[in-house]
Amino acid sequence: MALSENEVLEGLAEIVVDETGIDAAEVTAEKSFTDDLDIDSLSMMTIVTLAEEKFDVRIPDEDVKNLITVGDAVTYITGAQD
Amino acid sequence: MTVVVTGLGTTSPLGGDVASTWEAALAGRSGVRTLDNDWAETYGVPVHFAGQLAVRPEEVLSRPETKRMDPSAQMAIVAAREAWADAGSPDVDPERLGSIVSSGIGGVWTLLSAWDTVKERGASRVLPLTVPMLMPNSPTAYVSLEFKARAGAHSPVSACASGAEAIGMGLEMIESGRADVVIAGGTEAAIHPLPISAFAAMQALSKRNDDPAGASRPYDVTRDGFVLGEGAGVVILESESHAKARGARIYARLLGRGMTADGHHIAAPEPTGAGQTRAMELALQDAGLTTADVVHVNAHATSTPVGDMIEARGIRTLLGSHADSVALSATKSMTGHLLGGAGALESVFTVKALETRTAPPTINVTQPDPELQVDLVRDVPRALPAEGQIAAINNSFGFGGHNVALVFASI
Repeated sequence: MALSENEVLEGLAEIVVDETGIDAAEVTAEKSFTDDLDIDSLSMMTIVTLAEEKFDVRIPDEDVKNLITVGDAVTYITGAQD
Repeated sequence: MTVVVTGLGTTSPLGGDVASTWEAALAGRSGVRTLDNDWAETYGVPVHFAGQLAVRPEEVLSRPETKRMDPSAQMAIVAAREAWADAGSPDVDPERLGSIVSSGIGGVWTLLSAWDTVKERGASRVLPLTVPMLMPNSPTAYVSLEFKARAGAHSPVSACASGAEAIGMGLEMIESGRADVVIAGGTEAAIHPLPISAFAAMQALSKRNDDPAGASRPYDVTRDGFVLGEGAGVVILESESHAKARGARIYARLLGRGMTADGHHIAAPEPTGAGQTRAMELALQDAGLTTADVVHVNAHATSTPVGDMIEARGIRTLLGSHADSVALSATKSMTGHLLGGAGALESVFTVKALETRTAPPTINVTQPDPELQVDLVRDVPRALPAEGQIAAINNSFGFGGHNVALVFASI
């Protein structure tokens, strides 16, 4: 049962909030992980690893650099679901 | 140059801060309890009790903080924040502020749970922060990061002497002119089935499963090993001139340190205790004091059959008949043995003893070893001389033959 983009956004936001302490309301699709949310590369890799587990998808390292915004990650994860 | 102590912090089996820990120590309470887990049934871990923290770090830290730090670093941060606030959050140039917070073992929980992850879920599930969490310099690095300590961040590793060695190095760092203020101490979070099994395999731990609170009994004839504890202690060390210039409250002076090595055995202390005695002598020399100035000793005394008496004989050798009137306290009887955190928590106790002129008690000694020739403070606290300047020694020794003695004095 694939999740909708909204469900993925919600789940991803949970991971980001848990990992960084950022207020959940801040984690919106247009936000850049680095520029807006101030997430460093180690935290980004942690979020990716946790997202892979949570959504049961693979996000290869070479694709991570293309995930600039929260929305990019949501689109990628939604598309990667079987 | 004189170095003073202007702040204290701890999280320990007796309490979540200095006030509650000190109050429990004076009351002679034990922080040792039966472990609430299935390690005995699941793995056959032979020791079922330890001195666990009174207040878990996750109760006072944010979730992101607990997720990125091993418990050993979490405890160090809790103690460092208390000590820093207690010192009045000194206004100090970051390049003149040092961090020396040690751990004896490092991030053992992180290391072993990451290995479980590899085995159970595959290498790709290992989190990127695993290395910064498991490295033994993580606590001092996080303290340096939080307080912008840029004069240097160090973490001497010397087993159960680590916390005391960190404080001794803090003294050196200020005396050598590298820093005006140093956040110094030690931490350990090793109440985990593997370290317990490994210490038990060495026959180092008490197996008194039916009487956890009575298990740590330094100098008692029935002592049968140490009791594992966890927690952190941190002191804020500061040059006297820096402290006075900012009008800081001064608890005590840290006047000297003595550090020697046995060069004898990887885990057993050298039987004559010569290296331990020499550490105490060097610390007193460094402090410019004589044995007559010493009114209190916080002993390393872990409750092991061999180690306790080697130290006690060394203290007798050093102090001679003066040992009959030096209040000797073995606070591990209450806290258990915090390994890398021990020397730091016991420095907090030593400073509080000088500040309040009260030596904390040693509990669980029902039959003192007949060979004991020191003046053990038993069951209830004892008043130290109310007038004049008084000094105290804090001893810490570690596997590998590390001997550290620190000399503190009243103001």
